Amino acid sequence: MNHLEKEMLALRNEVLDMWALVYSQLEKTKGALLKDNKDLAREVISRERRVNAYELKIDSDCENYIALYSPVAIDLRLVLSLLKINGTLERIGDFAEGISRFVIDTYEKKYDSLIREMRLEEMFDELLEMLEGSRKALESEETKMSGCLFAKDEYVDNLYDQSLQKISEYIKMHSEDALTCIFLAILSRKLERIGDHCNNIVEEIVFYIDAKVLKHAGKHKEV
Amino acid sequence: MDEKKIKLEAKNVNFYYDDFHALKGINMQIEQNSVVAFIGPSGCGKSTFLRLFNRMNDLIDGTHLTGECLLDGRDIYDKRVHVDELRKNVGMVFQKPNPFPKTIFENVAYGLRVNGVKDEKYIKQRVEESLQSAALWEEVKDKLKKSAFELSGGQQQRLCIARAMAISPSVLLMDEPASALDPISTAKIEELIHELKKDYTIVIVTHNMQQAARVSDKTGFFLLGELIEYDQTKKIFLNPEKESTQNYITGRFG
Repeated sequence: MNHLEKEMLALRNEVLDMWALVYSQLEKTKGALLKDNKDLAREVISRERRVNAYELKIDSDCENYIALYSPVAIDLRLVLSLLKINGTLERIGDFAEGISRFVIDTYEKKYDSLIREMRLEEMFDELLEMLEGSRKALESEETKMSGCLFAKDEYVDNLYDQSLQKISEYIKMHSEDALTCIFLAILSRKLERIGDHCNNIVEEIVFYIDAKVLKHAGKHKEV
Repeated sequence: MDEKKIKLEAKNVNFYYDDFHALKGINMQIEQNSVVAFIGPSGCGKSTFLRLFNRMNDLIDGTHLTGECLLDGRDIYDKRVHVDELRKNVGMVFQKPNPFPKTIFENVAYGLRVNGVKDEKYIKQRVEESLQSAALWEEVKDKLKKSAFELSGGQQQRLCIARAMAISPSVLLMDEPASALDPISTAKIEELIHELKKDYTIVIVTHNMQQAARVSDKTGFFLLGELIEYDQTKKIFLNPEKESTQNYITGRFG
């Protein structure tokens, strides 16, 4: 392995480490919400700084790699992908932090049944699988599972739609809880956005490995 | 559709130095007013292939060629083609600047004089035009009678380009034209190449990957006498078809 390859490997491993951190943030956020564990929520908030530090470090390392080594072909695609994945992981970290703040500031046990009906646990599980699946895709440089990951995003979108329905029904019966219900709708929306971000990550991996641009492909078809 | 005219073409070209098979079945079309870069490791045949287009290899003993090299659809190795006429049409710039031991003016005027041009007014006009095209005029207009050796390496190379252009060729072959120059002179030559393609078809051999990426419309990758891949430069540097091309341009080759 020459020194260029070593530098590239180091950059890739740094992103994979950040990935593991963001995965753990999302997993802990799930535990904090579903078990009303405010300590776990506080841990997520305090570790958000580490996610941000990773983002800054990786941004700077990508910039240096491009400036010093002028990558081309598959190397260029990898750096560009890592740069975008980096920003996307940071956004997912932000969402996890936002949900954790909701757990600390607003959440009460009495909403447990609503959360079950909203199927938020299922949404979390799907998202964690997407995050883990996309990480494995990059690690193994294999895009076979991309279709399955895209399908999961669609499933999360459906769960989101259904969760809004449940919230709407709940508000009709408990108008005094309307504000918390709005927060729960926003929370569900955040999960749905995490699905979109995971989708974007998979698209970046396909761009890196197969040199195909999938971005907005679905939307074009609809037009 | 607006199809560009094919300026240079190689059809199943094989070239031998004695029994060494230096070029193996090369097929390539080069469009008019485009810049094509040849890349590949040393000894891959890219300079040999470049030199075929103005018959520079004719000067080397023990070489022979099969296949066809066409300029404007005409085989340049046809017996009826005069090498001197061909070279008026196909100029060449070498790796090291090689000005003649003459004044700056006479260097550029040289090609015109040996081709029998006597009209001094016309010669003066062509010298100025050529130096302007080579982006050198502003730097030398007040010292045209000075020796060409007084110029810097980068200026000497641009003088050689001006000298090649003075006789109005339609093709410029460049064999690593910036490899002996500093980054500023290199940038000037590259900018010049960009400008010149409006009027010329340019083929450049370079060992500098980024230079190929910066200046050329199409890139050909040579390896062990074969043309491995020839495509749009963007395609070659973002997503080449062949693994060996990728290994070479990313520095993993070997």
